[in-house]
Amino acid sequence: MEPFSQNEPIYRQIMDRLCRAVVRGNLVPGERLPSVREMAVEFGVNPNTISRVYQELERLGVTETRRGQGCFLTDAERIATLRRELSRRAIDRLLTEMAAMGFSREEILRSVSDHLFGGDNP
Amino acid sequence: MTAGSVTFDHVTKAFGATRAVHDVSITFPSHKIIGLIGPNGGGKSTSLKLMAGLMHPSAGSVRVDGLEARRGLCATVAFAPDAGAGYSFFTVAEMIGYYHSVFADFDPKRAEELRSFMDLPAAVRTGALSKGNQARLKIALTLARAAPLILMDEPLSGLDPLVRASIVRGLISFVDLDRQTVVISTHEVGEVEPLLDVVALMDRGRILAMEEVQGIQESGAGGLVGWMRRILVR
Repeated sequence: MEPFSQNEPIYRQIMDRLCRAVVRGNLVPGERLPSVREMAVEFGVNPNTISRVYQELERLGVTETRRGQGCFLTDAERIATLRRELSRRAIDRLLTEMAAMGFSREEILRSVSDHLFGGDNP
Repeated sequence: MTAGSVTFDHVTKAFGATRAVHDVSITFPSHKIIGLIGPNGGGKSTSLKLMAGLMHPSAGSVRVDGLEARRGLCATVAFAPDAGAGYSFFTVAEMIGYYHSVFADFDPKRAEELRSFMDLPAAVRTGALSKGNQARLKIALTLARAAPLILMDEPLSGLDPLVRASIVRGLISFVDLDRQTVVISTHEVGEVEPLLDVVALMDRGRILAMEEVQGIQESGAGGLVGWMRRILVR
């Protein structure tokens, strides 16, 4: 497993990894997530950290806790929204970095398009 | 409900002219895994022994869930010492039986689960176990107790990566943070970072800082190692 970065809380890094797994389709809507303990062993972290992860995912509406049964992924609709959110965030990061280097919007658009579909490099 | 909260009130522990613990006042939170970190010789081991009631403060008082830490406290504190535990002529199974007879909160079923989790041979004398397996046994015996406070003195020190990983996994798999609190002393800071809720930095007999690990990571201090360095050099 990929080691954790030291500059971001571990619970957030695990949230990101789980959200990516959801968006990739490794976890499907309605699926039951492993127990806190199982997840803690899986990631090699404190069980309190996983409890926090589950609380935050629930707060975001990505999961729901069913009493006595555990933690489940919510419906496909919410997960589609999550997919758009994560995509938007990744694009934001790219745009911020390109803007910081002084690229114009047109240049960014052209670079991305060239990169994706080939064509002359700028 | 007792849960293993530890309070030091102006605690000093002197050995001759040396103060291993110097006027420490602090309350460690319960239901957490707490790392007591810092350079060797800073007073970590002495602090754990004070919590376990195995040493008495020269001044001040140490309380566990409000009770003075004395030798009789071993009913509520499970202590895994730095040095080896138990009798070398006992087999692993006999050691488990021995712990069962000594500690009322020792759960033999859990001990058996831990023994198999740690891959320890039941019929082998503990003295004949490898260093790594002796370390695993010590942790298994400690975690088989339902004591509210679990203390581990340098549980990873001097062990190879596989053994360290199995000890970390054992702790995560078996500790019950709804009922227990864990204090781990260690100088292997990077390795325990994902395990810890709270960290206390100790140097030259004093606790220099105590913080939530999450907050340290958020502050961009470069994780625990960066945080520790920054405090120690200032």
